[in-house]
Amino acid sequence: MGVIYVLWQREVKKYLRSRAQIIASLGQPLMYLAVLGFGLGAVFRRAGEGSYLQFMAPGVIGMTVLFTAMFSGIAMLWDRQFGFLKETLVAPVPRVQIMLGKTLGGATVAVMQGLLVFVVTLLAGFRPTSVMAVPVAFLLIALIAFVFSALATAIGSSLKEMAGFQMVMNFLVMPLWFLSGALYPLQGLPAVLAVLTRIDPLTYGIDGVRGTMIGTTHFGIGWDVGVLVAVGIVFVAAGAWQFSKLEV
Amino acid sequence: MTDAQRSTVASDTIPIIRVQHLVRTFGNVTAVNDVSFDVRKGETFAFLGPNGAGKTTTIKMLTTVLRPTSGTLELDGMNPVTQSTEVRKRFGVVFQDPSLDSELTAWENVEIHGVLYHVPREVRRERGETLLKLFELWDRRNDLVKTFSGGMRRRLEIARGLLHTPKVLFLDEPTQGLDPQSRNQMWTIVKSLNATESVTVFLTTHYMDEADRVADRIAVIDHGRIVATGSSAELKQQTGTDSLEAAFLKLTGETIRDEAFSAEDRMRQVSRVWRR
Repeated sequence: MGVIYVLWQREVKKYLRSRAQIIASLGQPLMYLAVLGFGLGAVFRRAGEGSYLQFMAPGVIGMTVLFTAMFSGIAMLWDRQFGFLKETLVAPVPRVQIMLGKTLGGATVAVMQGLLVFVVTLLAGFRPTSVMAVPVAFLLIALIAFVFSALATAIGSSLKEMAGFQMVMNFLVMPLWFLSGALYPLQGLPAVLAVLTRIDPLTYGIDGVRGTMIGTTHFGIGWDVGVLVAVGIVFVAAGAWQFSKLEV
Repeated sequence: MTDAQRSTVASDTIPIIRVQHLVRTFGNVTAVNDVSFDVRKGETFAFLGPNGAGKTTTIKMLTTVLRPTSGTLELDGMNPVTQSTEVRKRFGVVFQDPSLDSELTAWENVEIHGVLYHVPREVRRERGETLLKLFELWDRRNDLVKTFSGGMRRRLEIARGLLHTPKVLFLDEPTQGLDPQSRNQMWTIVKSLNATESVTVFLTTHYMDEADRVADRIAVIDHGRIVATGSSAELKQQTGTDSLEAAFLKLTGETIRDEAFSAEDRMRQVSRVWRR
């Protein structure tokens, strides 16, 4: 337990110390909120879908959580490059504890960043249906954070070079985000897109957050949670396996 | 102590490290080729060899981060391949590349290490303080490691590696890139701990003066093979030379490695990249 805690704490400490980074990472969600939120708002309303800001705010929070979680796992590349990884790998503790500490730390950081963006959406005019909805929504957000932090640890364990980082961002993280239905409703999609969105685990995460925060859900919250938990278990297993194979 | 005395003392101590017919290949490059040696409890043992001789590869195998292709390894009677957790409790290691978290403070790095090695909180605090004071880092304990100089980082790594009172301390080219003052200070502290805590020190280096000064016994390694083992005096005697440098050159040849073996070194590097 001590090992998991101390490695979790390491991630959180480093996050809290990187103030400049925290501020910088608000740029992207702000841009989406401002440009898309206000730019597409009129079209969205004309199509009879209501307020676009209400619709996309959960999506932007989901995006932040996805990006932060993926980034912290892929930051293992830095650990590898700058050596701290070795310190943990020669320690007399089961690898799975190290992996869990990192994954939980990354997930916690992602939730904190999500909270920050949630506040930003509130300032932009987003209104959840009730105050009580917020804690419930954050349970779902925590689940999203955990799922992608585990995925990132699995990927981070197998990446060797910085070039790999770009690959992951372009061919995994961006598609995960654009296919998640964060920016558009899931009904009436072309067949290919409909299939792809249903493969993307983030879709269920964002659908769940939307369900809890603004009361509209496509799959139903129970189904969303079920899918996330199942995918989370698979990713943790993959992460643990990849991590156990690491050599320095 | 004369050499005769030294070898009688040493011969009745049990080896803490035992390596027999160790081989490690990367693709078709043999980095370590049938290496056998013993390290005695409490001694300072140096692996002396030119670049790419197989020093780091051997350390990696002893410290459980790399599996041998064949041969047997033993550390304090344990097998690093099959009993890796037990072996890991018994050594501290300073790798060639730094392994500190530079975004954390010196003390936080020490704390994490203590938890990873299940050092009780009280011991962590006391021994951590003792070691940081010894390595002259106590006043800077709450500073981020990224503000430290190369010498301070290296000292912190050694202090951290000793926190869990290991039986063996591995130092892989610990003085690489340090100025003479830092090197001198570092060895003075390490040698005194070697004496007071009887921690066995296993170091690699390609500085001959260093091996000459700090090591009780030296194994000269070249092209993955041990070409000679003995105290500095014994090596000089064996080769009929009057300095360790002359002995070393006689044993390993005068060819400059980076030029003469660049193709081979390249292969090693390539295979290193692909292996991971």
